[in-house]
Amino acid sequence: MSKFTLNINGEKKQVDVDPNTPLLWVLREELDLVGTKYGCGMSQCGACTVHLNGAAVRSCVFPVSAVVNQPITTIEGLSEDGDHPVQKAWLEEDVAQCGYCQSGQIMSAVALLNNNSNPTDEDIDLAMSGNICRCATYIRIKKAIKKASKL
Amino acid sequence: MTVIKTKVGRRSFLKTSAAVGGGLMIGFNWLVSCKTLSPKKKGVSIPEEWFDINGYIKIGDTGMVTIYSPNPEIGQNVMTSMPMIVAEELDVPWENVIVEQGALDEDSFRNPQMAGGSNSIKRGWDPLRMAGAAGKWMLLEATAKEWGISVNNLSASNGMITKKTGDRKIGYGQIASKAVGIDVPKQLTLKKKKDYKLIGTSQKNVEGSKIVTGKPLFGLDFKREGMLIAAIEHPPAFGMKVKSFNKKEIKGMDGVVDAFIIDSTLPKKRWNGTNAFPQIIAILGKTTWHVMNAKKMLRATWDNVGELETSEMHEQRLIKDIETGKVDRMRKDGDPDSAFANAEKVIERTYTAPFIPHNPMEPMNFFANVKDNSAELIGPTQTPKAMQEAVSSMLNIPQKNISIKMTRMGGGFGRRLYTHFGLEAAAISKKIGVPVKMVYTREDDMTQGTYRPAYRSVYKAGLDKNNNLIAFSVKGVGLPDGPVIPDRFPAGAVDNYIAESKESYTNISTGAWTAPSSNFTAGAEQSFLDEVAELAQKDPIDFRLELFNKAIKNPVGKKYDYDANRYAGVLKLVKEKSGWGRGSSRVNKGVAAYFCHNTYVAVVMEVRLNNNQPKLQKVWCGVDCGIVINKEGATNMIEGRIIDGIGHAIYSELKFENGSSIHKNFDTYNFIRHNESPSEIEVFFVENEIAPTGLGEPSLPPAIGALANALYKATGIRFYHQPFSKNYEISFS
Repeated sequence: MSKFTLNINGEKKQVDVDPNTPLLWVLREELDLVGTKYGCGMSQCGACTVHLNGAAVRSCVFPVSAVVNQPITTIEGLSEDGDHPVQKAWLEEDVAQCGYCQSGQIMSAVALLNNNSNPTDEDIDLAMSGNICRCATYIRIKKAIKKASKL
Repeated sequence: MTVIKTKVGRRSFLKTSAAVGGGLMIGFNWLVSCKTLSPKKKGVSIPEEWFDINGYIKIGDTGMVTIYSPNPEIGQNVMTSMPMIVAEELDVPWENVIVEQGALDEDSFRNPQMAGGSNSIKRGWDPLRMAGAAGKWMLLEATAKEWGISVNNLSASNGMITKKTGDRKIGYGQIASKAVGIDVPKQLTLKKKKDYKLIGTSQKNVEGSKIVTGKPLFGLDFKREGMLIAAIEHPPAFGMKVKSFNKKEIKGMDGVVDAFIIDSTLPKKRWNGTNAFPQIIAILGKTTWHVMNAKKMLRATWDNVGELETSEMHEQRLIKDIETGKVDRMRKDGDPDSAFANAEKVIERTYTAPFIPHNPMEPMNFFANVKDNSAELIGPTQTPKAMQEAVSSMLNIPQKNISIKMTRMGGGFGRRLYTHFGLEAAAISKKIGVPVKMVYTREDDMTQGTYRPAYRSVYKAGLDKNNNLIAFSVKGVGLPDGPVIPDRFPAGAVDNYIAESKESYTNISTGAWTAPSSNFTAGAEQSFLDEVAELAQKDPIDFRLELFNKAIKNPVGKKYDYDANRYAGVLKLVKEKSGWGRGSSRVNKGVAAYFCHNTYVAVVMEVRLNNNQPKLQKVWCGVDCGIVINKEGATNMIEGRIIDGIGHAIYSELKFENGSSIHKNFDTYNFIRHNESPSEIEVFFVENEIAPTGLGEPSLPPAIGALANALYKATGIRFYHQPFSKNYEISFS
């Protein structure tokens, strides 16, 4: 066990964990930030997507020791009141079915829009194809991303 | 006028009717802290006092209404649509309503609390309307008593009760305390469709805000002080049983508290008790990461207790048993043998599909806290009642002492109809004596399934010299259950007809997967009919309509289990909306229609070739599910199952070697992804006043047929064997 200081959603957090613990489990079980989901544990499904230095990464394969002091944003830190344009667009398009993958989808979409404010269908496909939605809400996700780009 | 028998005993319906005094008591809210419970509602503030009206409804003194959603929420959005039905009859503004998930309590809900077979809305239609109408009646009766006038002089609407003369009114919140405990008459009058204000509109998912902000909702998000996390290890192959493991080493690992073998065998066989591995290794620890790490260090020995099957073995069994397997269901009309012998043209085709796992995004998990003579279980289940019965039976604890609460489910698709994961959590908690949350890894989940059976069907059709369909035969076999449902279309539409569903065998555990058996049969049958229409030189839609016409005007046999008018109706709708038969020759459209789970769906799909690679374009879908409750939610369901059907037909299979699935995680098991999805799906509903049916499954089966037929138009290849991406020399992505 080792002590680490993490910079999560703009706050410093101290944790005492095994250095190899993936960021996913530190978020979920040490910090009670359970919006980031476990899906595959091998960076294949995108359910665990968070932002590290503004880029979308899969938290299930990032050891906590590798992210010390770097800014991390999770779904809980995206906005104060759930009013980030992407969150609003998700609600307007009524995207979710089961909802389990959606925080990962939203984090990937926000990272895309931060780099490209007016993405084409192909840009969206490229940025989002690492996020599986087993309920297959893909058409609504695409619509929501386009709507968010205009909000 | 719709009159409904209330079927509401005062005792059961008013079971929780002791007025709840003081404070904000909002039922089942273990996952959320109190501050997030302040629902922002327009024009209605948080009540100081709540009054229980019946098992579904609680009204606050401000007029805010809590409606308990009875059924498990698996993404089919019944948590929005079921309370909408109650609110319609209660006649309360939707913005005054907050929805809570009800716990298992079928006595109070008077409704089977199960998510399966697309049945929630169909079965809930009467109980939900009854609950709303009974609540409204109680409020009216209370007001009549309070004002000393006849209830006939009152009307209720939009959360207000008004004297018909217009000079007096009172809000539901102001009269609710007086309504508690009022007897409900034996019959109540329900609204007519034309008077609906809420049913048929589009209301957003009531948990949408929690989903997009990452609030704890799912089983894996559940936490209880003092609970341990349990990882499990099941045998590496079907046909194996655990013998021993390096217990001492595992128990000595960092963060591990205990490790042992549990047995969750049920004393009696139950339909959803399917479980190939009742004995598993459990590792308990403080965190998920600790126990997942320990799992990697397991060194176990296993006994061989059955055959270690392979995919080649499965194929051979299907080929053999389609001829010699035991016939499970069959139907015969006319004299098919003679008709085939006399036919001008005969066509025969074979279709196959592999085992597939459900792979919900949230792997199996459950929380259990077992004590001497009671147990508390919380988690994602499609069948809370069956879970209660199974846990009771395994632990030998009375059902009344076992509470089951449902979390939101990160998908299920049939996987969570089964009870073994709850039983395992209970067996682990019992053995260690503390609360336990048991979690599967993705690998555990994918390799210990209740898979969609592998199937093989042979279809044969005979045409006379005028290209009329005079003979039709289908025989199908599955591992272990066959896929053919003999009374379905085209039964009733062909003079000489034979359908046989045969059994084979396997020790691989199988079960219900979205639209069981239809998920294979629709694709096979609808692709076959496309080929038969081509042979008959007829338009595929006209050819089907001809058959429905025959079933309507001159039906064959004693019965068939579809309404040919409604079946033809969705085809005509999608024909018109898709511009079928018109447009450029570069556009390749395929059609299919199917009826299952009481809902009729027709699909037209368009495929283009980009550099010889098929690319899905637009999809048109016609649906007859009777009255539509929540239009946008319904549309979302239909879109999802269409893309899901396409994805599984193109990509999915689970192959076996030495009794073990060779696909264990998403690195080797493919799903449809964003870039492979069709660009647009347009859904059209048939307008009628028929009682509503479900949408959790019915659009998946026809999507597969429409896909195969559109791909044929684009590529000239007929697709008989799923998954298409592996069995044909075509690149899909």
